[in-house]
Amino acid sequence: MSSQHHQHHQQQQHHQLLAQQQDSSSNSSSSVILINSRPTSRMSRQQQQHQQQHLQQQQQQQRTSLKLYNTVVEVKSKFEAEYRRFALKRNGPDGFQEFYHLLQTIHHIPGVDVILGYADVQGDLLPINNDDNFHKAVSSANPLLRIIITKREDEPVVFGTNSLQRRKKGLGLTGLRPTGSGSTHSKNKPGLMIGLPQNFRQISSIIDVDILPETHRRVRLHKHGTHKPLGFYIRDGVSVRVAPQGVEKVPGVFISRLVRGGLAESTGLLAVNDEILEVNGIDVAGKSLDQVTDMMVANSHNLIVTVKPANQRNNVVHRGSKTSMGNSGSVGSAGSTGSALSHDSPSPASQSNPITASNSIAEGDSDDDDDDDGDLILENDCLVPYESHRLNNSYDTNLNRDSTNNRSPRSTVARPLPQSISLPNSVGASLTDSSVTTTSRHSEIAASNSRESMREDGNVITL
Amino acid sequence: MKRFKRHGHESHRDRLKQELYQFNKTLEHGFPHQPSALGYSPSLKLLAIGNRSGAIKLYGDPGVEFMGLHDENAAVTQVHFLPHQVELVTLLDDNSLHMWTLRAHNGLSELLEVGRFMLTGPPGAPPSVTRVTAVLAHSSGELLLLGTEGGHVFVVEVPGFRELEERNISLEQVASSVPDDYIGRRNLEHVEALQENPINPNQVVIGYGRGLMVIWDLEKQCARQHIPATQQLESIWWTGDGSYILSSHSDGSYCRWMVGGEDVNDEEEKSDIPYGHFPCKAISKIVQVPTEEGPPFLLFSGGMPRASYGDRHCITVIHSKKHVALDFTSRIIDFFVIRDGPQHTGDPTALVVLVEEELVVIDLQTEGWPVIQTPYLVPLHSSAITCSHHVSAIPLKLWERIIAAGDLQNTHYSKKPWPVTGGKNLAPDPPQRDLLLTGHEDGTVRFWDASGVCLYPMYKLSTAGVFHTDSDPNDNLNQGTEGEWPPFRKVGCFDPYSDDPRLGVQKIHLCKYSGYLTVAGTAGQILVLELNDEAAEQSVEAKVVDLLQGQEGFRWKGHTRLDVRDEPVLFPPGFQPFALVQCQPPAVVTALTLHSEWKLVAFGTSHGFGVYDYQQKNNVLVKCTLNPSDQLAMEGPLSRVKSIKKSLRQSFRRMRRSRVSLRKHHVNNAAKLQDANARLEAELAEMELAPVQRKIEARSSDDSFTGLVRTLYFADTFLADSSHNTPSLWAGTNGGCVFAYMLRLPPVEHRAEEPVTAHPAKEIQLMHRAPVVGIAVMDGHGAPLPEPLEVAHDLARSPDMHGSHQLLVISEEQFKLFSLPKVSAKMKLKLTAIDGSRVRRVGVAWFGSSRSEDYGESGLMVLTNQGDVHVVSLPTIKMQVHYPCIRREDVSGIASCVFTKHGQGFYLISPSEFERFTVSTRHLVEPRCLVEAPHSGTAVQHRSPPERCNSEDAESAARRVMEHALLNDEKVLQEIQKSLEGDQMSFLENHVKNAVA
Repeated sequence: MSSQHHQHHQQQQHHQLLAQQQDSSSNSSSSVILINSRPTSRMSRQQQQHQQQHLQQQQQQQRTSLKLYNTVVEVKSKFEAEYRRFALKRNGPDGFQEFYHLLQTIHHIPGVDVILGYADVQGDLLPINNDDNFHKAVSSANPLLRIIITKREDEPVVFGTNSLQRRKKGLGLTGLRPTGSGSTHSKNKPGLMIGLPQNFRQISSIIDVDILPETHRRVRLHKHGTHKPLGFYIRDGVSVRVAPQGVEKVPGVFISRLVRGGLAESTGLLAVNDEILEVNGIDVAGKSLDQVTDMMVANSHNLIVTVKPANQRNNVVHRGSKTSMGNSGSVGSAGSTGSALSHDSPSPASQSNPITASNSIAEGDSDDDDDDDGDLILENDCLVPYESHRLNNSYDTNLNRDSTNNRSPRSTVARPLPQSISLPNSVGASLTDSSVTTTSRHSEIAASNSRESMREDGNVITL
Repeated sequence: MKRFKRHGHESHRDRLKQELYQFNKTLEHGFPHQPSALGYSPSLKLLAIGNRSGAIKLYGDPGVEFMGLHDENAAVTQVHFLPHQVELVTLLDDNSLHMWTLRAHNGLSELLEVGRFMLTGPPGAPPSVTRVTAVLAHSSGELLLLGTEGGHVFVVEVPGFRELEERNISLEQVASSVPDDYIGRRNLEHVEALQENPINPNQVVIGYGRGLMVIWDLEKQCARQHIPATQQLESIWWTGDGSYILSSHSDGSYCRWMVGGEDVNDEEEKSDIPYGHFPCKAISKIVQVPTEEGPPFLLFSGGMPRASYGDRHCITVIHSKKHVALDFTSRIIDFFVIRDGPQHTGDPTALVVLVEEELVVIDLQTEGWPVIQTPYLVPLHSSAITCSHHVSAIPLKLWERIIAAGDLQNTHYSKKPWPVTGGKNLAPDPPQRDLLLTGHEDGTVRFWDASGVCLYPMYKLSTAGVFHTDSDPNDNLNQGTEGEWPPFRKVGCFDPYSDDPRLGVQKIHLCKYSGYLTVAGTAGQILVLELNDEAAEQSVEAKVVDLLQGQEGFRWKGHTRLDVRDEPVLFPPGFQPFALVQCQPPAVVTALTLHSEWKLVAFGTSHGFGVYDYQQKNNVLVKCTLNPSDQLAMEGPLSRVKSIKKSLRQSFRRMRRSRVSLRKHHVNNAAKLQDANARLEAELAEMELAPVQRKIEARSSDDSFTGLVRTLYFADTFLADSSHNTPSLWAGTNGGCVFAYMLRLPPVEHRAEEPVTAHPAKEIQLMHRAPVVGIAVMDGHGAPLPEPLEVAHDLARSPDMHGSHQLLVISEEQFKLFSLPKVSAKMKLKLTAIDGSRVRRVGVAWFGSSRSEDYGESGLMVLTNQGDVHVVSLPTIKMQVHYPCIRREDVSGIASCVFTKHGQGFYLISPSEFERFTVSTRHLVEPRCLVEAPHSGTAVQHRSPPERCNSEDAESAARRVMEHALLNDEKVLQEIQKSLEGDQMSFLENHVKNAVA
């Protein structure tokens, strides 16, 4: 089991790398759309709503959603470019197989081998492949259940954190999929589907194994997508180095405590008394504890720490095939299968240059750039001709159409309302059929808005 | 090829950087922290102050100042100028003596340390034998007499510090001649005082701790007279005509002794305990100065009745029937009297007193002995500084009005000019008038002329009058009732006690064009003031603004609002308050800005922010930024009582520790070592108990004080569309959120009637959630928007309103540029993620090129929590230069830093001193002054200039020799041998020491 898990890790990482590269190369074209997933926020409804006072609107929203919530689930499924909408009894006796056939029927694709996925409240694409996760999907639909159907012979779906957005970004960007060796390669060879690695959400990884000394470990903690605290503490300490003159003692920074249930602890990759050597590629030698703390906090959404583990027995052993793996290493014995997987994965990640030492940091940076541009911007431009609003090329046309539709009827709103919420590229390429959530109380959004909190509320999700 | 080009470009940029930026710490303004010694040279008319951290500062005519720092981090205990010369000698706590000189170089004088010396006793002697307790710089300028704890007097030749062993006056020599009936003859104790006979330089009086004084003939090397005082000796004064010696004693008495010829007159002629009957404290120093006609001035410090006034710090001045006990607010370090006449032997003109927290100069010639206002060394901290604000290039009109208002406040000062006039100030007149405003704990705002070398007090504004406070304003006037004994008179302005901490000034903003000032304080009060040349009686209209906006579940546990006086208050000419906003809850105001053109004031606290229209005296906007779950911000400062308690306990512990170490200071080395070890162990144990650890966690919206408003900014920019610019207000919070409001102002003709309105326009939540410390908008050319009214006064180019504006948001972690009106990120510069430092202070500044008059660039001056100053270019936000400026441990220094608009900055290096620094090549304020050696003929023959030249030559020759020696030249080694045998030995030693160090 554990080895399987590691494979998943690796494969997933490749996908992620792909996504990141695309991110960095196409900051402008990626786009973000925020939607309200409540049933009432369908287009027609929303137009009405916008004309109402917002508090009322909210209450109403609450009411309608409650009513619907108990009885049926609204399902919207997508296969290739086609959408279908239908309702499903929440407590229906159906299992996965029935649902699978139902979808095949609805989409008129009987006999086509497909993979089902759904978008969970946090915007992650998760699989439906058995009764359990089917019921989970139905019960977690809040209240809309989005189903995405993919042909099995297509490229394997990447499930997991932000996978939707990343995939979309890739597609949107390249338009036509580059017919690189990777993709053709995979089309010819059906993927080795060992379990479903996509069932796991990546929270951490070991990177740059091939370029680091065996005694060091570079760990990446993925803060996004989880609400776990990073959960560790650092302290000053004395590091013993072997110098030509003998052993010398230099000040160093060490992990002093792991918080139970925190991200750091749950990865198992960091431990108390590990010495911190680098933070996101920057050497911490000569920096004070407070400086290192601030650096880590500043990088907290995508933290890469290079440590010298206190326990040196679990170090990664170098294997010959490492370079082909794009530098991802893993604890344990997953090496060879990992490389096999990476061959199968048709993503451009395998076409792209293996990420080497220097750009693994750069990549980290660019990723975190993306995250950084995740500033949430609320604009309130009702006083303005609407045309002027559509300046941001990073907006999906879809949103623009929607927002124009939404806006036109209410050019005479007395109190200005927030009309658009632009979200960072990294939240990215999502689609929606409805527009922005509007809340009369700016402060509420402002106070609690962030990608995470929005997901948390389940009030606004990305699709 | 391309690379080559690029390289060329970069080197061009590098050259430009050199022309624009240069870091210099130029000056220290204010009063030296913890002064420990005072010296004065009547011939140079310079005074010198040494402090406990080893700094020595010389002051003369305003603008003439020098500063030196001893390498040893030891307190300066004594400073003595060599009479009629430009040298001075300092004695440090570690028993080392240092020779300093003012050397002219390129027409400017520099203070240089030219030698150091430590007394070496005979082998095996205890350290007390050579521990220096008294220093006399002999009027010949060639000798230094050093009295020690062991009772010996060592004679040293200066400036070379050569011990003249044959002339030493050993304790044994003296003791043998002491009359047998003298009670204390067994143990004379240390040398307490050394004084030279003013009319016979061959005679010195040596005062021993036990009380005995011996008049010693330096030439004949024998005792001339013994003065058998029996009380513990404190000080000696030899009167000007040489016929009397005054001695002061630890029991509060002083005695006058006749200096007789051969007929030994053992009896004191006069003895007095001025504040007698009950036991008195020691008189630590006594001075008697004759006047041409009439009785002499007698001045002494201390001597107060122990029980009733033992805690007073007094100097008593007695002149015929006049008797005043000057009562200072802090401990007296030392004092001296400045005298008239070409030889400085005439009537006393001024009394200069150095007390722990200020320098007070009393005019002794004017009736009533008024205080002369000091042009420098002003105690900035007369009430603790709580904030500061700098305004560059003040228009002349406003400048004159402020000065006029200030003059009216200073009528009680003496009209006499400043009496310390040494040196020549050669600095050019400052190019512009700069104001530094400091806010204080007692609710005052002080205006300082910060244009030049002297930070000169111009005007003081008190905001306390608007409110009811517990203090009675007449308190201070009840002093000096008739017939009181001793006849106290309060002098000095150091008054650290605040009547009400809520009055403390937290933020200041002055519009230099309109003369409007806004001052905000600790209890959420925001005053708007207007400069008025006449006194006016008016009541101040208060407006309470609820920043919570109905936020539920809130209970403020902090202080209450200040109580406003309803009745009209008489305000003196100057800045007079006319409007008052009181925030509810009354939390400390954390951000404040004023737009005099729009007549709006924006203010923020930890709960939210608001805009006040001071023309209509109406509130325009209130926005609550409080996170409902933020308990800390809700409850106010009192909820953190625990941590205050803890820090108090810690500081007490620290104090006790330092006290212990102080007390043990004089104990021998072994004990010191032990003490240090014990302390180290204790510290280690403490560390083990509570290891310092830091939590690594992403910032979240639930953190405390995310709603605290850090910065407010008014801008006329494009908020809605790119064709219409509108007034706007921008606010940044601790939680990384920026709010933008569009302001709608009625046309000027209806400004008084139609309401000003504000509409929310934009909100930016920075992903990294770091506190927003600065916001600026740049025009189409990338230049920061000018200040309000700046364009109207033709002092700035009007901003480009055609191109697209850009919004710069500066958080503690990064600089980020957004486009306007559509807010999208364009560029950023990360600071914390790269080097772990965070932005503490930021300001827009203009840097002029040193090479071409008309070239300049705007830039951001940034101070980080590591104490580094960075310059970041605008609008490209690229790091240009950085310099270490403040120690990173100096948190209060970093917090106090304020930037000017021309690349300079000020920060507090102690509670009482501002350090001035500059990053600009063009704007540099530094002392440039010349002190010439006095060439006056005194009764005493002193060395002629050529001789000094020779000694200097010898010195440089020795240095040259040393340099050669390092080359292992055999011949030169011989030369060294020769010079070692010669009398340049100690010089060489010094140079060797220097070279090694």
